[in-house]
Amino acid sequence: MSRQIVMPFGPQHPVLPEPIHLDLVLEDETVVDVIPSIGYIHRGLETLVEKRQFPEYVYIAERTCGICSFIHGMTYCQGIERVMGLEVPERAHYLRTIWSEYSRLHSHLLWLGLFADSMGFENLFMNAWKHREFVLDVMEETTGGRVIQGSCKVGGVRRDIDQDTLKRMNADLKGFEKGLKEMANVFLNDDSVASRLRGVGVLSRNDAYVCGAVGPTGRGSGVPIDARMTGYAAYGELGFSPVVEQDGDCYARCAVRVNELFSSIEIIRQSIDRIPGGEIEVKVKGNPEGEYFSRSEQPRGELVHYVKGNGTKYLARSRIRTPTLTNIPPLVKMLQGCELADVPVIVLSIDPCIGCMER
Amino acid sequence: MTYLKKSPWLLHYDASSCNGCDIEVLACLTPLYDVERFGIINTGNPKHADVFVVTGGVNEQNREVIRNIYEQMPEPKVVVAVGICAASGGVFRECSNISGGIDQLIPVDVYVPGCAARPESIIDGIVKSLEILEEKRIQMKERAKQKEQGRSPGGGER
Repeated sequence: MSRQIVMPFGPQHPVLPEPIHLDLVLEDETVVDVIPSIGYIHRGLETLVEKRQFPEYVYIAERTCGICSFIHGMTYCQGIERVMGLEVPERAHYLRTIWSEYSRLHSHLLWLGLFADSMGFENLFMNAWKHREFVLDVMEETTGGRVIQGSCKVGGVRRDIDQDTLKRMNADLKGFEKGLKEMANVFLNDDSVASRLRGVGVLSRNDAYVCGAVGPTGRGSGVPIDARMTGYAAYGELGFSPVVEQDGDCYARCAVRVNELFSSIEIIRQSIDRIPGGEIEVKVKGNPEGEYFSRSEQPRGELVHYVKGNGTKYLARSRIRTPTLTNIPPLVKMLQGCELADVPVIVLSIDPCIGCMER
Repeated sequence: MTYLKKSPWLLHYDASSCNGCDIEVLACLTPLYDVERFGIINTGNPKHADVFVVTGGVNEQNREVIRNIYEQMPEPKVVVAVGICAASGGVFRECSNISGGIDQLIPVDVYVPGCAARPESIIDGIVKSLEILEEKRIQMKERAKQKEQGRSPGGGER
């Protein structure tokens, strides 16, 4: 019987853009157990609700995470709007949907790049990030910010997109989609990529369900959960279905994200076609009193913002549950029994966003 | 860029940033901005690095990690604080777990403003830090020379 040794992985590690620490318990080259420890980016931003007025806190909520920033801001606003009983105009809902889907595109492309980097495929990494710049250009043009947008506010959105720009955005998607198809072909059909991903880090459907996997991690194992199906913003009026794969390995999780790129493009097209005219915001009067769990689908999975108002300008409590935290127990399951050399690929396959997770 | 005689390697550490600046640091390396064509590489090993790029402010748990990485880097080295959080704590300054910018831990040579810092300003900051790196290298050489002279029998008498 071989001796067990414990090997530290992180917090500062070449494959991790952000710090997380894992203690890998090894028997020869096989990982038998994993002990994660977190807290390197904990800021305690939920306590800031006591110091910032509720309309200002949107900016803090957005800075929970720089990758899915828009969706954080939107989910927080949804919560406040529901507590205050505000009716957000239809056009604002559609604009939020469009920006959310562009966020998803940019996040998935970012992840695909980092994932390619983790398996040593530098060329593919650069290719994914090249396509990502197209999305950031659209974001910058329509909201003013590349990664932190600040375009969502309580009661609607801050900026409108005029019809000409929307039309051009729709037309530009065609060329973008063509480039993505070429890239997707490599991710899904290349032999060397498949040999690194197929059968690696398998998470069974049952384990995914029991451990509470959300987002592409759950959908890669055949659990069809997608918070967009609850129909927040304009999703209820658009036709789409969650992308689900059955295998539960790294390849399946990669395939879910690649296919979601095209599903996001489709949602943006539908939204641009159907967007109604009219106002983009309603006036906010009074202060929130009551509580609400606001749910949305982030690129990494289901995001929950809990808000509790006490009738003053300052909220009593804000609580954020992010998908990466819920995906850590499934990650531990995936890593048990894998080889040491596969650890970076498997860790990245849940798309860890530590900034979100630790807040 | 005439003074860029060497290929400076960066080490990037995310102290407690929201990721916004981190992905912009990475965006500098990728095709649109592509600083790799000047030999600037993002390395993971502190012993290989010349420039320490830090994003985000200091909190209790990462204090030791930042200091550790800084001390492991060989001389001469420069520190670039990217984003307003690394400079002062930024929007998170009043958070319960943030004690401020990274300059309270390690000496910072260049501050890059922005929330999130744009790739253009990050590149500008790195270029400025390379000038400082070059100066530090010359100073280090001179110090070594003086030491050498002081040690030799001829140099000691003068």
